Amino acid sequence: MFNFPMTPPAASNFAGEHDALFYAITFLAVLFTLIVSFLVVFFALKYRRGTKADRSRPMYENLALELSWIIIPTILGLAFFGWGTKVYIDMRTPPKDAMEIFVIGKQWMWHVQHPNGVRENNTLHVPMGKPVKLTMISQDVIHAFYIPAFRVQYMVVPGRYTQMWFTPTKKGEYHLFCNMYCGTQHSEMGGRVVVLDPREYADWLANNGSKPQTLTVAQAGEKIFNKVGCNNCHGGADNQRAPSLAGIYGKTRVMTDGARYIADETYLREAILRPSNKITKGYINSMSAYEGQLTEEEVVSLLAYIKSGANPAASEPAMSSALAAKESRISEGTAGNYVGAMQFNSQRADATPTKRGNKMNAVGAMAAEKVGDQ
Amino acid sequence: MSTTVTTPIGGLDGSPKVEQNYLTNGHTLKSWLLTTDHKRIAILYLISITFFFGLGGAFAGLIRYELIAPAGNVLESETYNKVFSAHGIIMVFLFLVAVIPATLGNFLLPMMIGARDLAFPRLNLLSWYLFNAGGALVLAALVNGGVDTGWTFYTPYSSLYSNTNVSLAITGIFLAGFASITTGMNFIVTVHKMRAPGMTWFRLPLFVWANYATAVVMILGTPVVAITLLCVVFERTFKLPIFSPELGGDPVLFQHLFWFYSHPAVYIMILPAFGVISELITNFSRKRVFGYHFIAFSSLAIAFLGFLVWGHHMFVSSQSMYQSIVFSLITYLLAVPSAIKIFNWTATMYKGNIRLDAPMIYAIAFMGLFTVGGVTGLHLATVSTDIHLTATYFIVAHFHYVMVGGTITAFLGGLHFWWPKMTGRLYNESVAKWNAVLVFVGFNLTFFPQFVMGFMGMPRRYHYYYFAPEFQPYHLMSSAGATALGLGFAVPIFYLVKSLFTGEKAGANPWGAHGLEWETQSPPITVNFETVPIVTDEVYDFDPVGEHEELMAKLAGAKS
Repeated sequence: MFNFPMTPPAASNFAGEHDALFYAITFLAVLFTLIVSFLVVFFALKYRRGTKADRSRPMYENLALELSWIIIPTILGLAFFGWGTKVYIDMRTPPKDAMEIFVIGKQWMWHVQHPNGVRENNTLHVPMGKPVKLTMISQDVIHAFYIPAFRVQYMVVPGRYTQMWFTPTKKGEYHLFCNMYCGTQHSEMGGRVVVLDPREYADWLANNGSKPQTLTVAQAGEKIFNKVGCNNCHGGADNQRAPSLAGIYGKTRVMTDGARYIADETYLREAILRPSNKITKGYINSMSAYEGQLTEEEVVSLLAYIKSGANPAASEPAMSSALAAKESRISEGTAGNYVGAMQFNSQRADATPTKRGNKMNAVGAMAAEKVGDQ
Repeated sequence: MSTTVTTPIGGLDGSPKVEQNYLTNGHTLKSWLLTTDHKRIAILYLISITFFFGLGGAFAGLIRYELIAPAGNVLESETYNKVFSAHGIIMVFLFLVAVIPATLGNFLLPMMIGARDLAFPRLNLLSWYLFNAGGALVLAALVNGGVDTGWTFYTPYSSLYSNTNVSLAITGIFLAGFASITTGMNFIVTVHKMRAPGMTWFRLPLFVWANYATAVVMILGTPVVAITLLCVVFERTFKLPIFSPELGGDPVLFQHLFWFYSHPAVYIMILPAFGVISELITNFSRKRVFGYHFIAFSSLAIAFLGFLVWGHHMFVSSQSMYQSIVFSLITYLLAVPSAIKIFNWTATMYKGNIRLDAPMIYAIAFMGLFTVGGVTGLHLATVSTDIHLTATYFIVAHFHYVMVGGTITAFLGGLHFWWPKMTGRLYNESVAKWNAVLVFVGFNLTFFPQFVMGFMGMPRRYHYYYFAPEFQPYHLMSSAGATALGLGFAVPIFYLVKSLFTGEKAGANPWGAHGLEWETQSPPITVNFETVPIVTDEVYDFDPVGEHEELMAKLAGAKS
């Protein structure tokens, strides 16, 4: 009647490291518990009132004993702390060549953008053996992106980007959960992570993504960059009103009040949405705020463009020639791009609180789509 | 403990003493509702707290019933979310924080140090009213449609998105928080200023030390959470930009402020339990406690370090990597003082004359359950394993082992131990013993499967898991265990209440226990002691060798 697994599937580079540490701590925990339980039960029986045990010379204080049970646990603790921290630093340090996928969380679904522009909802396709970095943001409340089979989890916070990374190591389908309580349908905000081998992934990107083929995220960003008029001020060279954005990503910026910030995703996002919050030294406060005018997807696209080296100088006549060619070829595709975004929004509108009736439908639907890795 | 008579407290004018005990000193409702007697206030608190525990337990029962089936049984998701929020809010703010300090602490702390009452008796009464007013507002929020934020009230969900009775519930918690602050202040002043002659700091019973440490945490931590929650109300009501990024606030700031209190709050719940266990182990081993100073100072160390580990709730919440590493390190250090206590209690049992009565069975159950709760904290203190385990059922199991297996087990043990003192009656010992075993078994069946389920990745606060049916067997075990555990919590109410009417008279010291509270009659008179006690020796001066030889001699005499 039941399948009875006791461990989660292990399908990423972190699973092995995590499990080794987990079992080592568990071993220590069980050992400690057994020692205490054995002694307590043993003493309770042996020194039960009226038994003929030797009670002479009772002990009330013993510095050596006290120190030993202070020092030994401390040393063991520090050892495990060191081990755990080493793995943790690894988990928080994505390799330079990691493929970046954008994730946007909203009540109650996940929206995923692959670098070449392919989008998907509540499912994440990733290639086996390739490091993947997720850059995540929420459009409303705090969520958490959790893949138990990969042993990775991180909160998806509104107003700032968070990141996590992993290398999938085993083909299959795994659970994707939202693991930060986010409202009525929290338990249904999830889906599947599908690990494909790299060739299958390439095929999937080519055929199975949101057809019609769209611009890459960075290209979509360039289009938005020009459409909303960023290029009017942010040109190829710094001027009084605006710096050039070429190569700005990752640079340290000095503000008028002397504060220094690294131009990372969260900084750039704020600079787009609320530019007057932080004014860079040497520039005037002239940019208008784009808060409420751009969707999170559009901001993500702009960031991808800026990170790709945004060089408006080269594209002063709107676009680089190669891109312009592509643009003319797939102008309809761009429309599709925005249709995709609208579908995303309309799905949210459908997501009214679950009624008992359509809950059962949902069960049926999910059963049909049952996670296959078990 | 040696005491000598000095100044008589009552009957100075030569009038005959008519008072019998604190329970019979006034029978009107007014004599209870306007009492300033710490013992009566403790009884009032006991009634309030039992009510809230029953209510929170009923919500827990609903949760466990709903989770038997992967797609739920009776509730809609919206309701389910309100049910687990109600369970958490009631159990944390209206039960666990107050349970031991406000009942056993209120009753015993003045008696244990030889005082007539707490330092501020009227403030103590105010505390009970604040607690009930807070509880009433929380109840109003529930009746009015509930709250769906979880007990943690994470922003911006609580401040801008939830359209349930968040503000009302928070106002209730705010008031109940002041009940806790007033109790804490009262305890600190009482311990400093009202100890009987000769009751030096290192003659204090360990229960007093533990409650003293708790009181410090209460007055330092509670204001922070009160103000933080008030900020949520301001953001909801006036759109003040504090936590919501849409308004220009920082949602993670809330987590820092919230856990700055709510982690120490764990120690508000568990430190008094440590105090109870120290008393139980010593008195039922009939042996002086091992390593008195280490147990006393470990309470203070826990109270201090407890304020420096809040970030371990936020390993995946976008705080900096270095912050997480420092919080992980301090959390590991914090494990040591708790381990010290466990080892010292174990060593106390060595060469004792152990009586396995119901309170001692609860104490032994506590040692096992709290140890499991503590060692699984290591998995969560380690950042890289916490990343996988956080917010899963592993966490749920861990904190229930500490809060239920620890605090509630200790409370039940303490309640049975001091019941004869509080009521003057003996309860049915054999029923109580078997019930303690039932609680232990039911508890483990409820919460142990949750460790496995959490390791497998079952998220907490999930109404449905039809997409992950592999979790169902564990949910079934857990729900079956919850039934046994619920029974184990209900049965004492019956036999304890029954003892009030038909229980044998207890006498001043039915356990042969040590401590000033056992030197006066049961139930005590309103002023606790006929004369101010003079303390001449430490509290736990048992004589295990002599007592054993005496018992052997008696047995031998009976045989011959």
